[in-house]
Amino acid sequence: MATYALTTPLAEDVVRKLQIRDTVVLNGTIFGVRDLTLIHIFDKKNDPPVSLQGAVLLHTAPSLKEAEGHWEKICIGTTTSGRMDRFTPGLMEKYGVRAIIGKGGQYQGSLEAMKKFGGCYLAIVGGAAAIETKQVVEVEKVYFEELHPEALYQFKVKDFGPLTVAMDSHGNHLYFDVRAQAEKKLPEIYKRLGIPV
Amino acid sequence: MGKFTYQLVEDAAKELYIRALKILPPDVREALKKAYEKETNPAAKQIFTTILANVDLADKEDMLICQDTGLPIYMVKIGSKFPVDGALIAAALKEGAKRATLEHPFRGSSTHPVTRINPQTSVGEGLPIIYWDFIPENNYLDILMIPKGSGSENMSTMKMFIPADGVAPIKKFVIDTVLESGSNPCPPGVIGVGIGGTADLVSKLAKEAIARPVGSHNHDPLFAKMEDELYEAINSLGIGPMGLGGSVSTLAVHIEWAYTHITQNPVAVNTQCWPARRARAKIYPDGKVEYGF
Repeated sequence: MATYALTTPLAEDVVRKLQIRDTVVLNGTIFGVRDLTLIHIFDKKNDPPVSLQGAVLLHTAPSLKEAEGHWEKICIGTTTSGRMDRFTPGLMEKYGVRAIIGKGGQYQGSLEAMKKFGGCYLAIVGGAAAIETKQVVEVEKVYFEELHPEALYQFKVKDFGPLTVAMDSHGNHLYFDVRAQAEKKLPEIYKRLGIPV
Repeated sequence: MGKFTYQLVEDAAKELYIRALKILPPDVREALKKAYEKETNPAAKQIFTTILANVDLADKEDMLICQDTGLPIYMVKIGSKFPVDGALIAAALKEGAKRATLEHPFRGSSTHPVTRINPQTSVGEGLPIIYWDFIPENNYLDILMIPKGSGSENMSTMKMFIPADGVAPIKKFVIDTVLESGSNPCPPGVIGVGIGGTADLVSKLAKEAIARPVGSHNHDPLFAKMEDELYEAINSLGIGPMGLGGSVSTLAVHIEWAYTHITQNPVAVNTQCWPARRARAKIYPDGKVEYGF
């Protein structure tokens, strides 16, 4: 359970070092995406207007205020990643994305892409958006503006985290492990409550 | 002495939405602190540290606790000793929710179910959700506001059991729903359970269950006991905060119930995330507005 302070963009060898349960704190630039952003990129075939090589993506739909040609942050937090599972392999293969920050984790297809291309999933504390908003120093740019609050956002971050490595490039999946442990306990719990199995 | 107006209700509806997004109720804070103390897994304890720091930061800097501004729900209780016009109350709540979104401003989370066009107002066809209740002895208007986030709401389940099933499958259904939800609803939150009624009523009961102060019990000992049993069972699963493993998987299990048809036994589970947000206003005939939880 190591702790890493990493600066974006992330190189493949750096990501391949990470193991589930490690802690990561990020500095540099991260990109915010959401359901509509990814539908826009993949289903409607609009390439991102910025390079995502080595990028770290955050599953978010922020509250922002547009003022005199720039965007001010009101609240930036993290949404459930499961809904955007099907886009992760494409993000890693086609655009070179290295890490996804989210909550709730993703599934087998994403895990395999992380193994193949050298990627990882970083779990944030969901609901703790006040802290997250503070750690975003600046909204640097908003691409696909018409999709706001589900556009493509470029955020400058400082000491962003702590994030828990929950899916790594070695095929490990922390949520699957927790679930398997819980399932082992189920028969005893059912028995206690008189639930026939 | 002032006077009650429907403008006051509109202003309160706006204020309630913003307060709910920023100020976590004291019972929820207390439950989270206890969870921190109880948690034995060091990584999970660290998550509780972040959660508590986030609640404090939101207080100190007047920030939103969570970015999910949710769908606005207003639970209205009209007192017989202070009769008001329901249609005007409904219009005031809708306008208040919209004004909160535009004037604060914050992200509108409501959208069209087919075109997915988001008006950025938090309202629209069928929104805000308004539940009505009538209290004989009250001389005030009671409005409880809940901004319901989707991470938890998306994990909702409902099933029509039959009499031959008995009680055990109800408990299994609740436990299995929590296990299946895993990390998605931002655990540890409140597990709201509805039992009885019809398909629609049971879902409403589950929603009323998550609206109760954390750790309160159903007035009926039969259901209070079931709440304790399920609380203990769910906290044996090891799901932990944010589903990353740990000893605290839920803050509370609340059950609300109603009589049902002789042939059926509906059960619904509505999950609330750890920021179990709610805000209450009591509005009096003299125009006094009291805010609380």
